[in-house]
Amino acid sequence: MAKYDLATPLSETQIRELKVYDVVYLSGLVVTARDQAHLRALDFFKENKQLSINLEGLAVFHCGPVLKKDDNQWVVVAAGPTTSTRMEGVEAEFIAGSKVRMVIGKGGMGQRTAEAMVKFGAVYCAFTGGAAVLAAQAVKRVLGVQWLDLGEPEAMWQFEVDKFGPLVVAIDTHGGNLFSDIAQKVEFNRQIISQKLNCKL
Amino acid sequence: MLRQDKVVEEVAFELVRQAVIFLPQDVKAALQRAYTEETSEVARTQLQTILDNVALAEKKKVPICQDTGNLVFFVKVGAEFEGIDCVENALLAAVRRATVEVPLRPNAVHPFTQKNSGDNTGRGLPEIHWELVSGKTLALSVLVKGGGSENFSVLGLLNPAEGLSALKRFVVDAVIRAGAQPCPPTILGVGVGGSAELALHLAKKALLKPLGEPNEDESLDCLEQELLEAANLTGIGPMGMGGRTTVLGVHLDYAFRHPASFPVAVMFNCWAARHASARIEVDGSVKYLTHTK
Repeated sequence: MAKYDLATPLSETQIRELKVYDVVYLSGLVVTARDQAHLRALDFFKENKQLSINLEGLAVFHCGPVLKKDDNQWVVVAAGPTTSTRMEGVEAEFIAGSKVRMVIGKGGMGQRTAEAMVKFGAVYCAFTGGAAVLAAQAVKRVLGVQWLDLGEPEAMWQFEVDKFGPLVVAIDTHGGNLFSDIAQKVEFNRQIISQKLNCKL
Repeated sequence: MLRQDKVVEEVAFELVRQAVIFLPQDVKAALQRAYTEETSEVARTQLQTILDNVALAEKKKVPICQDTGNLVFFVKVGAEFEGIDCVENALLAAVRRATVEVPLRPNAVHPFTQKNSGDNTGRGLPEIHWELVSGKTLALSVLVKGGGSENFSVLGLLNPAEGLSALKRFVVDAVIRAGAQPCPPTILGVGVGGSAELALHLAKKALLKPLGEPNEDESLDCLEQELLEAANLTGIGPMGMGGRTTVLGVHLDYAFRHPASFPVAVMFNCWAARHASARIEVDGSVKYLTHTK
C-alpha cells in the first residue's frame, strides 16, 4: 500500500507502477462524466470531432456535482463520486477514444473496463462515496464545461484539483481488482453466515 | 402569527436544510464507533474520509453528499390542523426554495423524455406519504433518499411455509448483492408482511428510526440483532472495500399478511442517512425533534 502524489498529465509509466490498495492524491485536471456525457463523447470519437478539451493523460471522474454561480464564476459545492458500474457498458471505448489514464468513481467496475485498463495503461481509483465536500474542497477552479444541455449533473465539467484524495487504486494494469477480491471473500463468508443463521444461503 | 401554510413551508424548508447538511447524532456516533472497531487500513481510510467529510459539511454548511436525493415527506396530520388543505403546496414551495437556497442538486427527471424539471418537483415528486390522525398538530419528517442506495431496494414475495429462514436468507442476499454500491456502511429498513407495496413502504419508513433504539417487540429486536450480525459477517465493509462494518443498524417493521403471501422488502440508506423531523403544535410553535435549529 504505497502512497503517491501524482499530477496530470499522467504518463503510462506512472500508471503502470500503481497496484491495488495504493493510495493516490491527484493534482491537475479532472473532467466529470456520467453515463450521458460518456455516450456523447463516444459519438464525438466516432465522428472524429474534437472535445473542447484534450483528455489524453487526464482523469475522468464519475460525478454529477452540485455547483453554484458566484459573480458569474462556477463554484463547486459538492462533488462526490457516483456509481461507476452505470458506465461499464461504455468505459472501455471511452478509455480507448480519450486516452485518459485514470477513472475515478465508486463501487468498482467490470471485466471489460479492467481489460481495457491493462491494454491501454489506465487505472480505476475509488473515492469514498458521499464524501462530496472533501472532493469539492480539492477543486481549486472550474476551468470550463461542455454539454450543459444534458443538465448540470450530466455535463462534462473541467476541474482543476489540488491533492484530490485519498483515491484508492481498485483496478490496476496488472490484473488486480480490489472489488473482485472482496466479492470472492464475501462468497466464502456466505457459508459461515449460513451456518450461523442455520439456513441455507 | 404567520399563516399556518407559511409555517409548514418554513418548517419543511428547515428540515430539508438540516437533513442534507447535518447527519443525525446517532448516525455520527455509529460511524465514529465503526472507525474505532475497524482494523484494516483501507476500511479505516474510508471511515476517516467519511468522518472528515461530515465535519467539513457541518462547518461549511453545505450538503454532505452531492446526491441530495429525492425528497420523501412523511406527514402525520391531525384532521383539525388549521391549513390542512395547504400542506401539499407548502411542501412543494419548500422544495423549490431549498433547491435554490441550500442548494440541492436538481434530481427530478421525466422517466420518458429525460427532461430535468430543475427544481426537484414533478409528477409524484416530492414523495408525500399521508397519515391522518385526530387532533390539531402536524408531525413532519423528511427522508433524503439518494439514488445509489434506492437502486438496491428489493421486494420478495417469499414462501410463507419457509418462514423466518426465507426472510433471513432474503435480507442477507440483498446485502451481498448490493455489495459496495449503496455506500456502506448502510442502514437497513426491512418491511415484513402486508401487501407488496405496504412492505416496501414500511421498509422505507423504518429508515427514520434512530440507530440503537431497541425494537419495541422483543422478538423483533432479537431478529434485528441477528440480521445485523449476519450482514457484518459478509466482510463487504465500508464502501465495499472490505472490513467489519457493512451495516450500522437494522430496523424491522411489519403488518399482518394474507395467509398465502409473505412479502419482505429491504431498503438501504447510505451511510449519509439524512433525515429530520419536527412537530407543529396547535399554537403554531415548532418543535424540532432530530436537530436543533
